[in-house]
Amino acid sequence: MEDKFEPRILGFLCNWCSYAGADLAGVSRISYPTNIRIIRVMCSGRVDPLHVLEALRQGIDGVLVTGCHIGDCHYITGNQACEKRVRFLKETLGQIGVDPRRLRLEWVSASEGGKFARIVKEFIEEIRQLGPSPLRKEIQEIVSE
Amino acid sequence: MTELQAEKPRIGVFVCHCGINIGGVVNVPQVVKYAQTLPDVAYAEGNIYTCSAEGIDSIKKAIREHNLNRVVVASCTPRTHEPLFRGACVDAGVNPYLFELANIREQCSWVHMREPEKATDKAKDIVRMAAARASFLMPQEESEVPVDATALVIGGGISGITSALCLANQGFKVYLVEKEPELGGMLKKIYKLYPTDEDASKVLQASAEAVMSHKNIAVLTSAIIKAVDGYIGNFEVTALKNGQEHKFKAGTVIIATGAVEFRPTNMYGYDKYDRVLTQVDLEQVLRSGKPAMDKFFKPQTVAMIQCVGAREEKPPRSYCSRLCCMVAVKNAMLLKEWYPDSEVYIIYQDMQTYGKDYEEHHRKAREAGIKFINYTKENPPEVAHLPHDKLRLTVYHALLGEKRELNCDLVVLSTPLVQQESAKELSKILKVPLGQDEFFLEAHVKLRPVDFATDGIFVCGTAHGPKDIGEAISQAYAVSSRAGVPMANKKVRTEAITAVVDRERCIGCRMCENLCPYGAHRVEDGKSTVIEALCKGCGVCAAACMRRAISMRHFTDDQIMAEIKTAFMMETPNLSVTSSLEGGK
Repeated sequence: MEDKFEPRILGFLCNWCSYAGADLAGVSRISYPTNIRIIRVMCSGRVDPLHVLEALRQGIDGVLVTGCHIGDCHYITGNQACEKRVRFLKETLGQIGVDPRRLRLEWVSASEGGKFARIVKEFIEEIRQLGPSPLRKEIQEIVSE
Repeated sequence: MTELQAEKPRIGVFVCHCGINIGGVVNVPQVVKYAQTLPDVAYAEGNIYTCSAEGIDSIKKAIREHNLNRVVVASCTPRTHEPLFRGACVDAGVNPYLFELANIREQCSWVHMREPEKATDKAKDIVRMAAARASFLMPQEESEVPVDATALVIGGGISGITSALCLANQGFKVYLVEKEPELGGMLKKIYKLYPTDEDASKVLQASAEAVMSHKNIAVLTSAIIKAVDGYIGNFEVTALKNGQEHKFKAGTVIIATGAVEFRPTNMYGYDKYDRVLTQVDLEQVLRSGKPAMDKFFKPQTVAMIQCVGAREEKPPRSYCSRLCCMVAVKNAMLLKEWYPDSEVYIIYQDMQTYGKDYEEHHRKAREAGIKFINYTKENPPEVAHLPHDKLRLTVYHALLGEKRELNCDLVVLSTPLVQQESAKELSKILKVPLGQDEFFLEAHVKLRPVDFATDGIFVCGTAHGPKDIGEAISQAYAVSSRAGVPMANKKVRTEAITAVVDRERCIGCRMCENLCPYGAHRVEDGKSTVIEALCKGCGVCAAACMRRAISMRHFTDDQIMAEIKTAFMMETPNLSVTSSLEGGK
């Protein structure tokens, strides 16, 4: 068991804006903590509520979904579909006893490397405040039994 | 089950030092050693530069020697180097879709430079995720569609004219559709061009005549686009001219619809005082010639205000229109030449005379006695009306730190280029996006500057954003070259990342049909069918399908779930938690 809680963050980044934004953070050498792992999808509209739920079920403490700004979607309206799903999913999370703040949706363009780094930092801190995912504890209990 | 599905994955992992870019932070040998322990990994090695000729040869050699059927390179972003590594796979007989990049540079070593140990751990995780995904990768075939060697150019300004000519000269048939009764667009309103002081009308005339008489170009003036169906190589176009429909086929479409000048209603007395003009209004006065202008009036003091209605806090007009500074410099010099005794002021926030020979022009204007007054957004100038058609301009000179009053007989407002009203409709007809500034949004600002994400549709000129004649012509050449590629090949490969419908599961609920931004799903006989040439692979349908009947090639649920489950080393062996995705693809 860890002494200090280090949040585990999973990011779903759209290929065209956000993933490029994260790349730009790298090119610009803007550092952020190592707590995030990134999955590239073509569009934020590809992120299925089940992907988010599976991540949480795996004991991941926070899920970040980022897409192109509204109006800039490479696929015209994919990010709008994503926005609706996240809104619905946040309600569902509340109902199953997971703090909706563990799911966060942000718009990051290909030119917003700094914004990406800032969001990652902020989100890690927010999750640090919230503490480990309740599901993570459950998994640990199941294992220790 | 295909042969490959039956075959056990044998993954090769190549971890790149990228000189010190990765190797200076991440302990590459450790990552290589770790990769060797991962499930399905048959071989792993480190390279100083995997993208070098030696690195590429090393991948090919390892594929042959170790009988690899999947390849992971842990290096930089897939957005730049994926095509190169895919090429190496293809050369060694591995399908390009069986390749995966683990981004341990842009998203690891470069952002965690001060935490080498944590960065090394993270790099291991990233490689583990990529290898897990690679286990589920499937070979994909890109399909081929025939391309009609005909281009539709929408808009007959200098961009449309130039691209039409350029394509026609390459031997392609071109339909040029212009909404006005004659060709020319914005150039018809302009007097001289900077930095050479050529007559805009002469530049235009030569090209317009060449278009009208070209045997490969059919010009439809006073015509608009009513509908465009189909996809690259096979667009079905309906144009409307004098209430009559004209239908034709086109292989590619070029948007060259241009922009219009922003009308500064209720700003600085525009629409209220006769002597407050925009730069385009002034161009039209100048076009009538000096004798005509003399009869109108001989200006003694002229002030040009820059950034009127531009660079605002919020979109759509938050951008710099780029050319207004040079337009002001050019017109100020012209007025000074015609009326040497006059005082001409340019009241600016920031002068942006970028480009070849432009800064020299700016310097000459200062030498010629044009006066430049700097103002800030917080303290914009004010214009008040005085008797005898005079105007009083008050401005706080930000550099001198004092208030200035000018009695002017002409105030010229430099306003930005803005999108045409018809652009929204056109963006819907062609299913291509507009940005926040309402201009057409290219596929990638640097790497694909005149393409759209939708294959076969291109953009040039000011429809894409403010630019001057030289830049518009350069883009017109660019689109002619880009559109010429599929038309010269007479066929095109379409992206393999498309949706696939499991007809057994599909109940024809039409959710996908309603959501698809491209009309790629068609429900017929109670089942959805995907028109692959229309599908762009966003995956919005797959995420929405209640029956889980839709899977995305190369971004299947299995592949994404594999990444989710391997993202972190969990207390519990994460793969033992079986997927809840019953029937998941």
